[in-house]
Amino acid sequence: MSDDFVRQLPNWQPGFGGRARAFNWFNLDPLLLIVIAGIVSFGLVVLFSAADGQVEVLRAQLVRFAIGFGLMVVLAQFPPHFYLRLAPWLYLVGLVLLILTYPFGTEVNGSKRWLRIPGLINFQPSELMKIFLPLVLAWYFNDRHLPPKPKYIAISCVLFLLPAALIYGQPDLGTALIVAASGLILLLLAGLPWRYFVWSGLSLVAAAPVLWFLIRDYQRQRILTLLDPERDPLGAGWNIIQSKIAIGSGGFSGKGLFNGTQAHLDFLPESQTDFIIAVLAEELGFIGVVSLLLGYGLLILRGLLISLNAQDTFGRLLCGSITFTFSVYVFVNIGMVSGILPVVGVPLPLVSYGGTSLLTLFAGFGLMMSIHSHRRITLS
Amino acid sequence: MAEALALKDHRQESQIYVDRSAFGAVVVALLFLLLIARVGYLQVFEFADSVARSENNRIQVVARSPVRGRIFDTQGELLAQNRPSRDLVLIPEQVVDVDLSLEGLRQIVEISEESEAYFRRLLKRRARAFEPVPVLLNLSDEAVARFEANRSRFPGFSVEAKLVRYYPKGELMAHAVGSVRRINDQDSKSLDASRYLGTDHIGKLGVERFYESSLLGEVGYDRVEVNARGRQMRIVESEKPSNGLDLTLHLHAGLQAAAARALGDRRGSVVAIEPESGGILALLSQPSYDPNLFVQGISYRDYDALRESEDAPLFNRALQGQYQPGSTLKPFIGLIGLGANVINATDAIDDQGWYQLPDNERLYRDWNWTKTDAGGHGRVNLEKAIYRSCNVYFYDLAVRLGIDRLSTGLQQFGLGQVTVFDLPEANEGLLPSRAWKRQARKLPWYPGDTVNLGIGHGDMLVTPLQMAAGAAMLANRGRWVMPRMAKNRTIETLPGLLPSGDRRLPDRVWDPIIGAMEKVVHRGNQQFGENGTAWSYIGRDIPYRMAGKSGTAQVVEIRQGEVYDEELIDERQRKHAWFIAFAPVDAPKIALAVLIENGGGGSEFAAPVAREILDYYLLERGVGVDLKLAGGGAR
Repeated sequence: MSDDFVRQLPNWQPGFGGRARAFNWFNLDPLLLIVIAGIVSFGLVVLFSAADGQVEVLRAQLVRFAIGFGLMVVLAQFPPHFYLRLAPWLYLVGLVLLILTYPFGTEVNGSKRWLRIPGLINFQPSELMKIFLPLVLAWYFNDRHLPPKPKYIAISCVLFLLPAALIYGQPDLGTALIVAASGLILLLLAGLPWRYFVWSGLSLVAAAPVLWFLIRDYQRQRILTLLDPERDPLGAGWNIIQSKIAIGSGGFSGKGLFNGTQAHLDFLPESQTDFIIAVLAEELGFIGVVSLLLGYGLLILRGLLISLNAQDTFGRLLCGSITFTFSVYVFVNIGMVSGILPVVGVPLPLVSYGGTSLLTLFAGFGLMMSIHSHRRITLS
Repeated sequence: MAEALALKDHRQESQIYVDRSAFGAVVVALLFLLLIARVGYLQVFEFADSVARSENNRIQVVARSPVRGRIFDTQGELLAQNRPSRDLVLIPEQVVDVDLSLEGLRQIVEISEESEAYFRRLLKRRARAFEPVPVLLNLSDEAVARFEANRSRFPGFSVEAKLVRYYPKGELMAHAVGSVRRINDQDSKSLDASRYLGTDHIGKLGVERFYESSLLGEVGYDRVEVNARGRQMRIVESEKPSNGLDLTLHLHAGLQAAAARALGDRRGSVVAIEPESGGILALLSQPSYDPNLFVQGISYRDYDALRESEDAPLFNRALQGQYQPGSTLKPFIGLIGLGANVINATDAIDDQGWYQLPDNERLYRDWNWTKTDAGGHGRVNLEKAIYRSCNVYFYDLAVRLGIDRLSTGLQQFGLGQVTVFDLPEANEGLLPSRAWKRQARKLPWYPGDTVNLGIGHGDMLVTPLQMAAGAAMLANRGRWVMPRMAKNRTIETLPGLLPSGDRRLPDRVWDPIIGAMEKVVHRGNQQFGENGTAWSYIGRDIPYRMAGKSGTAQVVEIRQGEVYDEELIDERQRKHAWFIAFAPVDAPKIALAVLIENGGGGSEFAAPVAREILDYYLLERGVGVDLKLAGGGAR
């Protein structure tokens, strides 16, 4: 294993000349970087409009991007094996921090998601878990036969269900589902036999009536609202009705930036955060939405290519899991805003205003770049 | 363990990953296509609907209420105007807990139970949460100051200035001009809601009611861009309201005040009409009330006090008070007799003080009959029958005319009908006829009924307005001009009333009647029983020529053989005093009717009131009348 360290060299990128070499020197992937920069710039324009042209909002978001970018660059410098060794410990730390939210968490809106280390930092352990869980699962499958045997499947299920359960208990159903989904995605990528997936899916459907009574009242409410927003147009249905109006009234080419009446007259809730895609759809129309989805598509495509080029199971699974989880964010966010999924608090990646989820995203990109740029030179 | 020793098959593992990620890529592509399809569906198929809904969100139509037209008297004095009232309003959506806020407000301003009940009803009715609902109306300066000082405690509450109706003349004009009231639930059912957007009041009585449509004006609109909380961001488009039309009435405020002075604190009514135009110069009903009390909603206590008062201040005696006309009917009956050629002006009868129908024992007495049968007017022709108000002459004339000719004849003077264009509350009185009695009483018409009708007693009922209209017609020598309040043109189409048209009779018919009415006032210094009935009360020093006729209407029936003795009768059962008059006789400027409830004899009590009013109008008021031209004095 130690030999690997010696032989790790920056990868050669065709077609970018000197500049590509500079990127390589920082272990960055120029293609991924360009796609991210494209989405971020587009997102900043939309956010600037959603914030009614407040420069402070733009500035705060730019600062976050800078921090995220720095985090990404730093993470990209370490080789994947560094993360491989750290993975189990990081996971354990993540679990401990999650458990600590129960006695020490700061309660916001009836849910204890935040840990505050006084004078130092205020963060959500569940966000950390979005990175630590793929790491630990990729670590777990790295030196095991794939497709995994039932025993390993069972253990890995425990690995992802444990933090998911802890997050659900905070309670934070949205993040718990995302974390569980990222674990499940990694399992599927590792070769989880389809029958397991199908059977567990079927049993979930069978258990649906029971689940209906287990979930909380407001969660039931959200599902009912999805089915018929007009049942409470001024209350539970307001958000989704207004966002559908915003999207629909954008039409093919939109009302133009800063001209969205739904967004600017505050009919659209959360227009800078979770519902920002509705602003985009209202002001830039179908063209704008498709452009953004195209950007996301390219990002996912690049992530997949990186994972396919990865040279060990750890890199493949980690990179693939991060990439597909990213596409889940996109789908869940746009799906909920356009009214095909119930409302859960998932921001639109790289576009929504807000810090924590951005850092998690950039940390993921940093890991991807690390995997990409620290490949061994194959001689054959 | 064999498992642990087995080599990892890297090629197979990477193949699994390739397969799985390819599958994942397809799933992601499909999900993205689903999103594109969903957004495309919303933006293409629901585009029009969404645009409409977003416009609907954005644009609110806010009514701009027009300013109600003012009402002036004939000389431009304001009778009804608009003045700002400061109301405490709340915007429902901005108030978290209405009850809590009201509780707090009570410590600052007084909120009566009624206003709270009214407010709560409004709150329930108001559909749009951003529209202000009035909590308290017409705040005093002090209340406004106290509220403003505590304003931060009451988010969603504010003081709003609004124009509301104000009647500067108060009681004096209440019955003449009418008034507006706040629109109640019942009104809002029947009225055209779009015209009353932003308007809280509606004309409920009098000319305010009749000319409602003109006075109201046309509502304007602001199309306002609002945000989700209903805050108005900017006006996108606006259409100015067109204010209500000002209305000028024939009413003469000075004359009305003079009439009120003349009547004093007695209950009664005065209606004065300009014969030439039919314009109503004064329309007084006493006692009266302050219409301003009703504009913003009167308290139950005040309202009950007004409604239950024995003096019935809310009752419009001029339009709705129905009284027996008494002897004021005599000139009209005389005219019918002359017109029908049943009598000549010179025909005379012998009045012994009583009248008897053939084959009937009952005695119909004259007013100066005494138990000793010493009364009676002796030889009486038509003229004397009027200026001495001889009953027996008219008993006889009525019987000779018969009920049919009497009722059709009286009808042509407007009796039994509504005789005014623009006062919707006016009653039509009661003009008896055979058909009426058969229908209403299920009885045939008896000859005795005719006898009573001859002196304006029995079933006949008239309003002061009707008698004034009749007096105006006498002044016009039969030319009928429908009495009216409004002087200027308005958009209301005036209803065509009174089918009778002009009653044009030759001067030989009019001269004796008008001459006799003149003698009621001016014939004096004769021997006992030869003076005009009103001469000694008003005729001695009168500087202009005036024609008049007194009347006294029974309130209780005097039984056979009894004498009416004022001292023995309860005040409320005393006779009503009537006087109708017009002046100057040759070119009448004013005709009027005076009624004093339980006032006693017409000549003694009502005639001086009439004289005082005519004096004011012909002698004192600013716009003088050339008395020489008017044929006064010297004659």
